Amino acid sequence: MTTLILKTAATYLMPLLLLFSVFILLRGHYLPGGGFIGGLIASIALVVYGYANRIDRIKQFLRFHPGILIPVGASLSTLAAVLPLFFNQPVMTGLWLSGSYPIIGSIGTALLFDIGVYFVVVGATLTIIFSIAEENVKI
Amino acid sequence: METVLAILTGFMYAAGIYLILRRSLVKLIVGLIILGNGSNLLIFLLGGITRGNPPVIGENESMLTGIYADPLPQALILTAIVISFGLQAFAMVLLQREYVQGGVEDFDSIKEEEEAL
Amino acid sequence: MLTAIIICFGLAFFFFLFNKDFGERILKWSPLLPASLLIYFLSKGNEVRQGALQEFTPWVPEMGINLSFKLDGLSFLFTLLICGIGTLVYFYSVNYMKNHPHFIRFFSFLTLFMGSMLGLVLSDNLITLFIFWELTSISSFFLIGFNHQDKNARKSAITALAITGGGGLLLLVGFVILGIIAGSYELSVLIESGDLIAESIYLPIVILLLFAGAFTKSAQLPFHFWLPDAMRAPTPISTYLHSATMVKAGVYLLARFSPIMDGEFYWNEILIIVGGTTMIYGAVNSIFKTDLKAILAYTTISALGTMMLLIGIGTPAALLALAAFIIVHALYKAGLFLVTGAIDKTEKTRDLLALGGLMKHRKLLFAAGLLAAVSGAGLIPSLGYHGKHLIYESLYNEHSSFLMVILGLVFLANIFIVCASFLAGVKPFTGKIIAEQKPVNPLSMFLLIPPLLLGVGGLIAGVFPAFIEKNVVLPVYQSLSGKSIDPAFHLLHGLDFVSILSWLTIIFGLILYFFFKPSLHYQNTLNHLSKVSSRNLLKELIDLVKKLFSTLTHLLQNGYLRYYTAVILVFLIILIVFRMYTGFGIGFQAVEGTSIRFIEGVTIFMMVVSIVMTLYTDSRVVSVVALGGLGLGMCLLYLFFSAPDLAMTQFAIDTLTVVLFVLLLRNLPLYLNKVDRRLNIKDIMISGIFGAIITLITLEVIAVQSSREISQFYAENAYLLAKGKNIVNVILVDFRGADTLVEIIVLAVAGLGVFSLIKLKMND
Repeated sequence: MTTLILKTAATYLMPLLLLFSVFILLRGHYLPGGGFIGGLIASIALVVYGYANRIDRIKQFLRFHPGILIPVGASLSTLAAVLPLFFNQPVMTGLWLSGSYPIIGSIGTALLFDIGVYFVVVGATLTIIFSIAEENVKI
Repeated sequence: METVLAILTGFMYAAGIYLILRRSLVKLIVGLIILGNGSNLLIFLLGGITRGNPPVIGENESMLTGIYADPLPQALILTAIVISFGLQAFAMVLLQREYVQGGVEDFDSIKEEEEAL
Repeated sequence: MLTAIIICFGLAFFFFLFNKDFGERILKWSPLLPASLLIYFLSKGNEVRQGALQEFTPWVPEMGINLSFKLDGLSFLFTLLICGIGTLVYFYSVNYMKNHPHFIRFFSFLTLFMGSMLGLVLSDNLITLFIFWELTSISSFFLIGFNHQDKNARKSAITALAITGGGGLLLLVGFVILGIIAGSYELSVLIESGDLIAESIYLPIVILLLFAGAFTKSAQLPFHFWLPDAMRAPTPISTYLHSATMVKAGVYLLARFSPIMDGEFYWNEILIIVGGTTMIYGAVNSIFKTDLKAILAYTTISALGTMMLLIGIGTPAALLALAAFIIVHALYKAGLFLVTGAIDKTEKTRDLLALGGLMKHRKLLFAAGLLAAVSGAGLIPSLGYHGKHLIYESLYNEHSSFLMVILGLVFLANIFIVCASFLAGVKPFTGKIIAEQKPVNPLSMFLLIPPLLLGVGGLIAGVFPAFIEKNVVLPVYQSLSGKSIDPAFHLLHGLDFVSILSWLTIIFGLILYFFFKPSLHYQNTLNHLSKVSSRNLLKELIDLVKKLFSTLTHLLQNGYLRYYTAVILVFLIILIVFRMYTGFGIGFQAVEGTSIRFIEGVTIFMMVVSIVMTLYTDSRVVSVVALGGLGLGMCLLYLFFSAPDLAMTQFAIDTLTVVLFVLLLRNLPLYLNKVDRRLNIKDIMISGIFGAIITLITLEVIAVQSSREISQFYAENAYLLAKGKNIVNVILVDFRGADTLVEIIVLAVAGLGVFSLIKLKMND
């Protein structure tokens, strides 16, 4: 499964794709994109890298099991949901920082929520694919 | 166009169900995927279809006006696509486990095995 | 009062925490619980005589459900029975259940029952009463099936629960209707708004529902059969639940309602007929049994019938007789049961034919049995004498020819009861010692004292009846009628008709006892006769239902997955087609809409080709490629029709799906083409019709363009409220964020599911 071209391409593509996924995530509130899509692109980046090299290389790269991203993401989203409670507002009320930034626009709980979605999607897809790969592909 | 897409949706449903009714494990999964896509298309169609007007507010505007595609079904479908992926993966692994460990090649042999026990 | 009930429930659960050794040591002191409750309630005696005691704690006040309790004469009588007999039963059980593996569980259930029963008789709110009513049924279920390894015990427990619990549900319906009529669930309010209830057109239904609840609980014909079955419970339980207290709940309920229901819609007639029939049936059956507990069970049924009869007569004298008879019956029947239990424990049998001559070693137990039998028979100085006298008197003094017929029946039934009481209480002690009798086992004091106390108590109360009458019997009458009445008990009545009748009962009964020899022959003949009984009818019905559903199950669920799917689909098709047909008619309706562009046509063609490929191919690889093509087509469609977010998502998922398939393919089975032609055509038809329906519905919905109010709201407010311009994303993370939160959790669960499935496999 490991060809030189794919291997080389993947090595350079992976960081680019990851960067792109973050870009898609951040711009989601203004233009097509968002946590779901960003998360999927990030997983594809890592999966392609895993295909070109070996699964354990990915693990080396990540230094942790992708499953850990699931609770991290879920907690971020939940935090975004309950954060307004501390400001005496109902759950899921949008809170915003003043000021506007390029690409991202206003920073607020919605963005935090979307980042949580991003992590859960990455965590879940990678957990699925990697555990299946470990079991089925004898490398 | 709507008519053609409606017929396509019906065809996807028919094909998905036909595959689910087969004995083969793999065909079940393929059927599920087609059925999932068909359902997404159905929801998409019900919201009405529009060309070239995505539900995104323009650069200097603060409100979406005029003709625009219905954002609500899109939001529904978006999560549906992602979740159906999870479902497919789970179904695949479950069936594979049946096959590898239980030696089940098709659904009828599950029944026969149970009767043998 | 609430505190007392809560203490019972609390302790019932607390007992479960004990381990066996500690439990046995500490539960020796458990009789103190009912004893202290007895003292508590006795101390309220004075206040009860003056008027009722009330307590009120709101529970769900919005729905009129409150924890309101009321201690009046009628409740007072029952609480005394519950706590008094309870004390003796606890005391008795400490020894009787010793060394039983579930000793602690026994006391736990017993305490649970005591709490529920107290709640039942104290409740002043119908809904609360119903809850306690069902709790007694449930604890009775546990206690009948206490020896759960015994198949018959389990069966009896289920029968009892089905009948009493089912009756309880009917009762609830009656209560709710009553509550709606009167506008309150409080019993005291209901009793006062008697006129309102009497005028209601729903009254007949309410009365019938009340009867359904009371007759099932109190084992009236034709629901009587659960009670003899319930004798599989340990004897203390039979004593307590199935003779002294729980089965009288129905009597309690009807007595409670008699002030407002008396004289309405066949209330009296039904009660007299059902009660009278049950009385005779139980009495006649009792003497033909050879199992001591069966004899007692049937005399209990008979006694319950008598009580119903007395409520049906409904005169002041009858109610007075009822109150007295409840006490009499509880005392002597509990005594007989406890004696039977003691015999069973030491002699290991309670078959009348295998017992005899126990008097030689068991003088004190014999005394207890004799005293109980004497009271049951109504011999002169005993309390039973007064009970019987009052019953006869209440019937005779009305001077109605109808009641004279009833009097004749009561007389007849009582003859049998005299005989049965002696069979149960005296017969095992007299006669010859049966030869193969084992050497006598020691009899514990714990088993002897309670029945002896009951016997002596009955005797003392019989000699000095005024005390009980003034403190217990008269308040009952007072609470039911609101009036007070003069004492009526006399130790020696004159030689009037009623007294003569009383004596004749005893004489005939004893003649019957001395000339009647119990034998299996009679019992078998009787069993033969009862082929057509309500029990068998119920059994047939249950079997029929079981058979019906097992046939149905075999028909619909034959073990083939695709068959299940097909059944569901066919059913769905029928439903939808029916609705379409009645709704808007079935017809193809082309929508005038957007025209089709070349590139879109090509995409759709590609998708169709992909789908056809998946249908026809025998190769797994081809179907994966075809799926990829289909996904790509979807992606393009989303792109053409203004859904860039969907297009991106679909594309990413498509990629991942293909990756998944490739990874798994090697370990998935080959396509099998074992297709039966006929089956294939059937499947094609099902899926084809379903697909066509979907198309038709879609077209119909598009034709009727629905309102876009919600979408419009989102479109207008996305930026203003949520500071986002991509509305799809705003909906996902803001407007409907809670949904998304749940959806990512679903995804997470799917991921973890895959992970654990695979790791599980490794560990196998």
